[in-house]
Amino acid sequence: MKKDLLFDLTVDKTKQTVTITREFDAELPLVWDAFTKQEFLDQWVAPKPFTSRTKYMDFKVGGKRFFAMVSPEGQERWMIQEYKSITPKTNFQLFNAFADEDENPQLPGSEWDYNFSEQHGKTKVVISIYNESLTRMERLIEMGFKEGMAATLDNLDELLATASAK
Amino acid sequence: MEIRRDIFQAIADPTRRAIVVLIALQAMTPNALAEHFNTSRQAVSKHIKILTECDLVKQEQQGREIYYSLEIEKMKEIDIWLDQFRKIWEIRFNQLDNVLSKMKKQKK
Repeated sequence: MKKDLLFDLTVDKTKQTVTITREFDAELPLVWDAFTKQEFLDQWVAPKPFTSRTKYMDFKVGGKRFFAMVSPEGQERWMIQEYKSITPKTNFQLFNAFADEDENPQLPGSEWDYNFSEQHGKTKVVISIYNESLTRMERLIEMGFKEGMAATLDNLDELLATASAK
Repeated sequence: MEIRRDIFQAIADPTRRAIVVLIALQAMTPNALAEHFNTSRQAVSKHIKILTECDLVKQEQQGREIYYSLEIEKMKEIDIWLDQFRKIWEIRFNQLDNVLSKMKKQKK
């Protein structure tokens, strides 16, 4: 990672929100595309050796992205996201939930809020993730870490396994 | 029925977080603790029971009184969890850095 780029992650338990801030060494339109276009998203949201496979993505309010995190063994974990609001190159919000392969969401999910701003050619992205139940989220993440099972946030369990295998 | 409890459950409740803060400063008796809350003593005991089950609170008998104190080591579990979570996002964003530099080159 480039050392001079800001990275911050905080958990606010009273607001049941995780906030992640990261700076990128690129202009805003590029970063916006990387977060909102299928062909770019699939290149980075899944940490190697996992891959992201998007079945469809319709980036508009009310539109959905249905995708899977695929393990090296070919195991798929499906997720569905629905876009709740979009302010081009500034902000978008989505609802994220695990799903089965027939697109049925497994509730409760989480609400994601993405904010973009550019300064001196660098783009700052602030992601707030609100969970109806932070306890549940934490427990599931912990479970994922220990037993490689379920997680509520994205592909967190797979990611944890990758991180702990190092 | 046995319910598995953990530290995240312990601190999910505002009253329990307040108890943790209070006993982090000094060991306290159930009565002294209850004075800090508007709820009944029973309600406070119930929270202490959960905290004890989460291994976050230990109790010591001193004479006729029971004193509750905080298991500091256990609190570190939260940091460990947060660290794992951070790592995931680091990996993901490093990949994004690479994608962005590829995108930049293609633009030129």
